[in-house]
Amino acid sequence: MTEEIIIAGFGGQGVLSMGKILAYSGVMQDKEVSWMPSYGPEMRGGTANVSVIISDERISSPIINQFDTAIILNQQSLDKFEASVKPGGLLIFDPNGITHEPTRKDINIYKIAATAKAQELGISKVFNMVVLGGFLKLKPIVDKQYIHEGLEHSLPQRHWNLIPQNEEAIEIGKGLIECVQQL
Amino acid sequence: MARELKLMKGNEAIARAMIASGTDGYFGYPITPQSEVMETLMAEKPWETTGMTVLQAESEVASINMVYGGAATGKKVATSSSSPGISLMQEGLTYLAGAEIPCLIVNVMRGGPGLGTIQPSQSDYFQSVKGGGHGDYQLYTLAPASVQEMYDFVFDAWDIAFKYRNPVLILSDGAIGQCMEKLYTRDNVARWTEEERRKNAPWGTWGKPKDRAHNIITSLELDSARQEVFNLKLQKKYAEMKENEVRYETLNCEDADYIIVAYGSSSRIAMKAMQMAREKGIKVGLFRLITLFPFPTKQLAEVAAHVKGILCVEMSAGQMIEDVKLATKCGVKTEHFGRFGGIIPTPGEVLEALENKIIK
Repeated sequence: MTEEIIIAGFGGQGVLSMGKILAYSGVMQDKEVSWMPSYGPEMRGGTANVSVIISDERISSPIINQFDTAIILNQQSLDKFEASVKPGGLLIFDPNGITHEPTRKDINIYKIAATAKAQELGISKVFNMVVLGGFLKLKPIVDKQYIHEGLEHSLPQRHWNLIPQNEEAIEIGKGLIECVQQL
Repeated sequence: MARELKLMKGNEAIARAMIASGTDGYFGYPITPQSEVMETLMAEKPWETTGMTVLQAESEVASINMVYGGAATGKKVATSSSSPGISLMQEGLTYLAGAEIPCLIVNVMRGGPGLGTIQPSQSDYFQSVKGGGHGDYQLYTLAPASVQEMYDFVFDAWDIAFKYRNPVLILSDGAIGQCMEKLYTRDNVARWTEEERRKNAPWGTWGKPKDRAHNIITSLELDSARQEVFNLKLQKKYAEMKENEVRYETLNCEDADYIIVAYGSSSRIAMKAMQMAREKGIKVGLFRLITLFPFPTKQLAEVAAHVKGILCVEMSAGQMIEDVKLATKCGVKTEHFGRFGGIIPTPGEVLEALENKIIK
C-alpha cells in the first residue's frame, strides 16, 4: 500500500498539522512516511500545502506531483491541484469559498462542509480534524488507535486535554463527508 | 535518551544527533532553510543536560572562527548554515583544513548565486569538493538523502573527523532539511571526559604537561620545504580517505541498461523515476553518491562499464557530472538534468529527460 496525498489550503487552516498528525499516526502503525511542506514566502498569509506519503515500502521521492488523494480547502488550491490527481484518484474539497467546483470526470469527488460544521458546533480550532475524519472514512489507511498515538506525539503534552475533542472532530468528519461523483 | 521512533524534520534530526553524539559545542547564525537546527538546540537546552554549549554568533564568519577556537582544543565542535552563510565561512574552512582541526559543518543548500532563493538547490557541489577556500585541501563530504541519514551522518562525521584530523561537511539541501520522516534515534553517547579528550586529541591545545613540547595549532609555515612536506602529508591523508572511506548505494544496477547518478534529495526523485521507468520496461538503475569527497570513482566506473547511458540529476547547472565523466573517462554517453533556483524536478521530468537525452 502506498498513498500519496496533497493537503492544500490557506495558511492557518491547519493544513501542515493535519498532515503531521496523519504522518505521525502512520509512524505509530510502523508505516513508512514522509511529510514535505511547501516552504518559503508563499506560506506567509498565502496558500499552504503539504505532501504526505504513507506506505508499506521504502518511500522513494517525498517530492511528488501526482497524487492518489487531494484534500483541498480553498479555491486557489483547487485550481492548482485538481489536475494533479491521478486518474481514478480521490479529490475531497470543502465547499466554503469555492466558486467553481471541480470538473474532472475521471476521478472520485467528495465534499465535506467542515468549515460550516465546525463554526456551527463552535469547534473551529479542530476544523482540520473534521476534514481528516472525512478522508479516513473513505481511506482508512491508519487505524483509530494509531491516530490517538499520532495526536499524542504531534501535540505538546500541555494540549493533551484537547485530544478527545480532536477525536470527536474526526468522528464528526466521518459522518459529514458526501459523495459528489463516484466512478 | 534511548532508541526511540520519532517523526521529525531533517534539520531537527541534525540538532538532536549533535546532542546525542556527545558534541561539545555549536556556534551558528540563523538562515533559511536550516534555522531549525539552532532552534531545536535552543529548545532542547543541552547545556542543562549534557553540558553542550550552544551559542548564536554575530555572523557566519564569527561562527566558523568560534568552531576553530573550540575545536583546536580537541572538543567536538559544529556549525551549520545554508549556501550564502557557507560562502562566508570559506576562509575559516581552509584554515581549519590547513590546521588539521576535526569539526563538523552542515550546509543545507538553497538556490544561488548570491542570496538567491530560500528553496532547495544543489549548486554548491563545486564549492564543497573542489575547494571553496584556497589551497589544496579537501573536506570529507557526506550527502544525506533522508532524515535518518541526517541523524546518522552526524555520528559518522565525528568518527571520520577525529580519525583523520579533518573537517567533515554534511552537504544537504532544503528539501531534506524541511521534510519530515520516520527516524530511529540512538542511545546518547556521553561527551568526552577530560581524560578521553586528551587521549583522543593528543594534538589539542588543552594545556601543556611537562613531558611533551607545546602543541601548536596553525596553518602557517613560512619554510616552503616544510610546507611541501605538510602538503604531501595532507595528500596522503586524502588518498587514504579515497581508499577506505568511500560510500555509495546502488539500486537495480545489476541488469541496468541505463543508470541515473544522483545524491541527496535528487537521488530520492531519481529513485522514483527509476521505478516509473521499470514499470515501462526500461531497465534503469540508480547509483547514489553518499560521499562526494571521496568520490566513488572506481565503483562508478565498474557499474558504468555495463550500461549504455548515464543521466546525472542534480539541482544545478551540472557540477557533479564533471566527476562522473572523469570516473568513466567519458566512455559512456552522459548527460545532465537539473532545475535551478529552488525548483525541485519532479520524477516525471527526470524520466522524460532520461528518455529524451539518453535513450533516444
